Amino acid sequence: MHPLHSETLLGGDKLSFVLPRHHALTLIAGGERTAVALLAFRAGRTHERYNMPDTLKSQHTAFLTTGRILMSDMGRALLSVTEDSCGWHDTLSGHLDAAGARAKYGERTYQTARNWMIRNTHDNFLIELGKWELGERDLHANVNAFVKIAADADGNLTWQANARSGQRLTLRAELDTLVILSNTPHPLDPWPDYAPDPIDLSIVKVDPPAADDPCRTKRPENGRAMQLSESIIA
Amino acid sequence: MSSVLFDEIIPAGDGFTRVLPAGCCFRITDVEGNQAVDTLFFAHPDTAERYDATATLQAQRRVYLTTGSRLISSRGRTLLTITEDTCGRHDTIGGACACESNQVRYALDKRHMHACRETFLLQIATHQVGLSKRDCGHNINFFMNVPVTPEGGLSFADGISGPGRYVEMRAETDCLVLISNCPQLNNPCNGWNPTPVRVQAWSA
Repeated sequence: MHPLHSETLLGGDKLSFVLPRHHALTLIAGGERTAVALLAFRAGRTHERYNMPDTLKSQHTAFLTTGRILMSDMGRALLSVTEDSCGWHDTLSGHLDAAGARAKYGERTYQTARNWMIRNTHDNFLIELGKWELGERDLHANVNAFVKIAADADGNLTWQANARSGQRLTLRAELDTLVILSNTPHPLDPWPDYAPDPIDLSIVKVDPPAADDPCRTKRPENGRAMQLSESIIA
Repeated sequence: MSSVLFDEIIPAGDGFTRVLPAGCCFRITDVEGNQAVDTLFFAHPDTAERYDATATLQAQRRVYLTTGSRLISSRGRTLLTITEDTCGRHDTIGGACACESNQVRYALDKRHMHACRETFLLQIATHQVGLSKRDCGHNINFFMNVPVTPEGGLSFADGISGPGRYVEMRAETDCLVLISNCPQLNNPCNGWNPTPVRVQAWSA
């Protein structure tokens, strides 16, 4: 299928756009360093947004993969994971901020490096949120696509190798969804230098989820979240 | 000499809003046991800076909160430090219950049941502390047990708390605390019977 839109997002770059209902966004990892931080809001009603705890507890999971749904704080399905060749996407461990970037990578500013400056996820999010008249108060837990942060038996969290070039993650919008992406490194990754991989992204129109859609039928909770998105009072 | 700033009981299902001055000691006691205490912290008076669950997990690289855990803000500062904990661990990824999430988790007809985020909204509306829904981020659930497995499983398990267990923390800066004493009846987070909790604070 010919995509309605496709582009390459450079390492360090960011992007925000409305993914219309029943359109699918595919992210393609550029390499083992790929980490894409993602926020999602209901477009036009941005007081409703992706909610990490509701998403995880409703699906009895600590991570995202195929069949799972990114749920809003109002009980509705925003984005469904319809395809995932990676297997684990983190949403517990937050993102890189300016202080974290300085501590990990040192200084590489616009004054010295122009557009090869180090960009951090937090500032990228604040910039993109501002474009939609959102701000710091709207910045809640993000998804870290292609990142695996797992707990051991005592609850200790560690970064684990996860991303590989060519892996695909596809998210289908169940409501018009404002998506904010930041292609910036995860603070717990093992690389001492700042060299995020570029990623490819594309958008296609897809059919509405059928009664036997795998994301809908994965769990009864998913079916109810989908039903709430499809309601006339959604 | 330290002096008592407050010593109050929050009835089951009710809320609490108060400023904690820098340096004070803040204690929450699970009076009857197995009671989840859904808690949000904000910097005071600039509440745009608030407790950040994911920044806290990233900083301590551990899922559970206990003695020594620093509660990190959305601007990377430590708002409070847990100094004593007779329960053992506390959750910060289970979030607060809501009428809408109860519909998803249990059944569409559960919407009428009282929930933490209803309490948060009523607290911020009645206390006029300059907050709105978008400020209600991901909270701490003191005394709640949400084990995460190495395979990525997550569940709301029976509590590990008991009558009289408490958690104590030091405010590292002026903070606003917002509490919902959880009314959830659909899972074991309150031992199927929500009960009162005691909140106390002492000046440094």
